[in-house]
Amino acid sequence: MATFGVIVFPGSNCDHDAYHAMKHIMNCDVKFLWHKDTDLSGIDFLIVPGGFSYGDYLRSGAIARFSPIMQEVVKFAEKGGPVLGICNGFQILLEAGLIPGAMMHNQDLRFVCKNVFIRCETTDSLFTNSLTKGQVFDIPVSHGEGNYHINESGLKSLQDQDQILFRYSDADGNLTEESNFNGSIDHIAGITNDGRNVLGMMPHPERAMEKLLGSDDGKIIFDSILNSLSVA
Amino acid sequence: MYKAKVNVTLRPSILDPKGKAAHHALQNLGLNDVQQVRIGKFIELDVNADSKEAATKVVESACAQLLANEVMEDYEISFED
Repeated sequence: MATFGVIVFPGSNCDHDAYHAMKHIMNCDVKFLWHKDTDLSGIDFLIVPGGFSYGDYLRSGAIARFSPIMQEVVKFAEKGGPVLGICNGFQILLEAGLIPGAMMHNQDLRFVCKNVFIRCETTDSLFTNSLTKGQVFDIPVSHGEGNYHINESGLKSLQDQDQILFRYSDADGNLTEESNFNGSIDHIAGITNDGRNVLGMMPHPERAMEKLLGSDDGKIIFDSILNSLSVA
Repeated sequence: MYKAKVNVTLRPSILDPKGKAAHHALQNLGLNDVQQVRIGKFIELDVNADSKEAATKVVESACAQLLANEVMEDYEISFED
């Protein structure tokens, strides 16, 4: 059984959600890793959780990227280790250069906290290989800076290399203008690096684990991840 | 000691929603001569260096690595005399 590591920065606030999701719903071994830790031994999969690491000072994720543990996360990812960055975790992975692009303020400047729909765009990744292309998920978002930006050549490269794993859509999987609530380029909700072992996504699958709390669609994504880890 | 001033602004090609919102508010105030508003960050650094060139190098390195995100931002460095 895979062991998950959940990184805790000062200001993380989805670390316990991620721990709960992996430990009590997915029945995996999970360890918290403090931002000053540098030992990732025994960890098979890293989660960089959401929150407001270092108060989002300067830019979201800009300071967290220089914390001791992030140096180890970069090494882990460069060796092919799987990493999932959710929300602020995504922003940190962008700042660390593990994934291309940057996050801007949502186009209407509002902090958006609601359930949205995202569509699976490719099953060619360890995060999505048990999903179906075009499958729609009901997943919460909660961010003020989720307006994904990348230059034209960078976007083309993401498209050509099939690195866009999730796009914002409506409930039927249509890419309507309203569904792209934060203004992200090309409706991007989640992308992987060119090694396909790092996923950054703004929506929170770890907050969609129990029907009682609205949606358990996030569980399908973690099932896919566990499936990949068990056959790896 | 050199006092460096850094201006970080969104690249011209990037929509600046804060600037746009401020522009709307200025129009509501009747200041219709304002054509555009761009909002950025102003950062002051006190740098220990032997020369202005050396100080510039330090500040450039600080901007490129941390203070600005070159994917979406530009920066300008100046020094207080």
